[in-house]
Amino acid sequence: MSTDPEVLVPERYELREAAACRSVMNRREFLEVAGAGLLIVVTAPCAGAQGVAAEGTLAARLHINEDGFITLLTGKVEEGQGPRTELAMAAAEELRVPLDRVKVVMADTELVPNDGVTAGSRTTPGTVPAVRKAAAAARELLILVSSHQLSAARGSLEVRDGTVTAEGRSLSYADLAKSPELAAAYKEALPPDTTLTLAKNWRILGTPRARLGGRDIVTGSHRYPSDIVRPGMLYGSVLRAPSYGAKLLKLDLSSAERLQGVHAIRNGDFVGFAAKTSFAARKALQSVAATAQWETVEQPSSDVLFGYLKEHAREDQQRPRGSARGSVEEGLKQAKRRLKASYTVAYVQHAPMEPRAAVAEWKDGMLTVWTGTSNPYGVREQLAQAFSLGQDRVHVIVPDMGGGFGGKHTGEVAIEAARLAREAGHPVSLRWTRSEEFTWAYFRPAALIEVEAGMDATNTVIAWDFANYNSGAAALDTPYRIGNTRVRFLESQSPLRQGSYRCLAATANNFAREAFTDELAEDAGRDPLEFRLSHLDNERIKDVLSAAAERFRWSERRKKRRPGTGIGLACGTEKNSVVAACVEIEMDASGESPRLVEIVEAFECGAILNPANLRSQVEGCIMMGLGPVLREEIRFRDGRLMNGSFAEYRVPRFSDVPKMEVLLLDRKDLEPVGAGETPIIVVAPAVANAVFDATGKRVRSMPLRAARG
Amino acid sequence: MATIRLTVNGKLRSVDTEPDRPLLDVLREDLGLTGTKYGCGEGQCRACTVLMDGKAIASCVTPVHMAQGRRIITIEGLADGGRLHPVQQAFLDEDAMQCGYCTPGMIMRTVSLLESSPRPTEAQIIEGLNVNLCRCSGYVRVISAVKRAARAPHKKGEEAGHVN
Repeated sequence: MSTDPEVLVPERYELREAAACRSVMNRREFLEVAGAGLLIVVTAPCAGAQGVAAEGTLAARLHINEDGFITLLTGKVEEGQGPRTELAMAAAEELRVPLDRVKVVMADTELVPNDGVTAGSRTTPGTVPAVRKAAAAARELLILVSSHQLSAARGSLEVRDGTVTAEGRSLSYADLAKSPELAAAYKEALPPDTTLTLAKNWRILGTPRARLGGRDIVTGSHRYPSDIVRPGMLYGSVLRAPSYGAKLLKLDLSSAERLQGVHAIRNGDFVGFAAKTSFAARKALQSVAATAQWETVEQPSSDVLFGYLKEHAREDQQRPRGSARGSVEEGLKQAKRRLKASYTVAYVQHAPMEPRAAVAEWKDGMLTVWTGTSNPYGVREQLAQAFSLGQDRVHVIVPDMGGGFGGKHTGEVAIEAARLAREAGHPVSLRWTRSEEFTWAYFRPAALIEVEAGMDATNTVIAWDFANYNSGAAALDTPYRIGNTRVRFLESQSPLRQGSYRCLAATANNFAREAFTDELAEDAGRDPLEFRLSHLDNERIKDVLSAAAERFRWSERRKKRRPGTGIGLACGTEKNSVVAACVEIEMDASGESPRLVEIVEAFECGAILNPANLRSQVEGCIMMGLGPVLREEIRFRDGRLMNGSFAEYRVPRFSDVPKMEVLLLDRKDLEPVGAGETPIIVVAPAVANAVFDATGKRVRSMPLRAARG
Repeated sequence: MATIRLTVNGKLRSVDTEPDRPLLDVLREDLGLTGTKYGCGEGQCRACTVLMDGKAIASCVTPVHMAQGRRIITIEGLADGGRLHPVQQAFLDEDAMQCGYCTPGMIMRTVSLLESSPRPTEAQIIEGLNVNLCRCSGYVRVISAVKRAARAPHKKGEEAGHVN
């Protein structure tokens, strides 16, 4: 739908390719709703000569079906963050139907409008309004058609529960769906002036709703990308280099070619296998891999990472990022006290529970791929390029998938599966192993952050110089009132393939900023809470910070110190939402490792759409955010990962769950903004600040290495 | 190749297969039971948890010959017709899933835990489920779901009927 031109927030690592051309909707007569198994007859036949539903029409976004159900179409992807439920709620709200009357078709390039990459917390501020406008326009149309059919004035009509009523007579949406007048109106452009329901009048939005499709998940019947099965399908495996940058010199395929039922495929550097079972495909791979000879290239190791990033920083980069206020040189010169520090953040892996997976099928010159990606249209484009096909010959479907966190914006597994399928002459399912996912998926960028600040005689910060090397510009600027600032993001040469991650560099930047802010408060002899509040103009940040501190009883607990424990806090803003957390940690018996004992986190993202899912997202962000501050760190040497498995790369688990309290501030007067990312950015600095409180030692790395001695 | 006979969700099944294939692969690829998930292939995440003779095991590191003559219950075998198992119902009622990929493994682990500890303490829940990973990190809701399942009234022997 053209009402939602997806303009992603300016983050370097989000995929920001030009929008793929609009899909050819040539299968609109019948939609098979994924999961529900319903065959729905769509009322409005396709407009246009080739059956293309015109952009910006209702036909492109939603259908009123003859059984009274609503079918909502969106290019967004469900990966656990909740858009399926949220978008259904948005449509149900404006159409005045119960939530269970809405079926959502997502991320199928033949059926849905291109809503852009599912990234950057854009579903809530971008797609939800688009859906609400379309649903509200549909509601107005239904009222208009009813007024004609019932010969009643529009003002006398009431809409409730999918039924339009006037003076005791009524028409259901199912009745109205058959109307030729409605079908004709569906082809028209959406009216620009549709009135949306005010937040204070919401009946569905703003109420807690469980994840749609939950029953299919608890029974195991939902089919994730890894679970798709096609007739005649084979399973694939792909040869990987033993180290980054290694070139294949020699290989003997004959051992695999001798195996019955195994397709051995070599195409340049691409070597893969397809067989009746994934076991057979793996065995073929192992026998051939043993014969491979490689030329390796020198690679930097994680031991020298941060020096490497600084050495390779590009000061003359083409797109310098950053901003300045006043004169940072002048401010530092005038300062009575100056502090300087460097912070580091290690590479981490998203490690979604479902590794990359794709099923590819070639039929009559058409390529269909079911795959786990947040970027269905981008992957369609990549497939079209890889196989020199028109985009109308490529069909990408993304079943609700097993996690992403910004780690699945690319289409490599889709291309590999399609290569195997084409050569084998069968559909092929390719599922990356956990080891492949750790090694060959991209990483969250590592960061080196250098920061210097100066305070005047009143211990007010007057100068702030902040430079992020390599990891990104998200939340780069400081929210604090400081007269002279310079904040910069300097690109570098990353030794590892890096890309998006939940909230991107906002975590690294907020970690350094909030930990260093505590260093300044300490140096000034001021309470970290009071110090922050005195530098904040942003009332929304003040509100969440005060809410968290009050519930945590910050001031009271500052006075009561217990040996081996510490408290800390942090706040921040990103993607137009605000967050603050207070934590208590305890050091283990050796005094080396912290454990998060308690966290109170307050979050505000405008008017809350689905408080149940919002709470889940904040809880998930807290636990996920805990990993890279306590333990997560990719170690590598000579182009190989040293810890690319769950046995060696320890992610948070049940025993890490602290006493947790989540405070959700509902601002019905503000537009809703995304919430799946920002709650993660305060966890690391709050924990680091608490470690300092407990030990008196300032640890300036993620994970908190030095604390472990 | 070998012929492996095992009981899966109450039905006797016979599979011609390499005996050292993981049970997970046989369930998913030969028997079409894709509710059991691959997460790591090393028994480190337990998305692949099934019950073998009532005990929760990691099917990704269990060669199928180990299941010869055993009774296997997968996530597909828990519900009684249209009626969900109390643990499934508790996960649904607590909305204890985000992407849901780890959920079948969590549910199978919980069924096993409640068999041995019908009224677990929070510490027992954490200890019992600690091997199961969730990268959406929705652990808080899962703990609530296990507590709810433990409170749920169910007929004595109901689980035993499925498990034994």
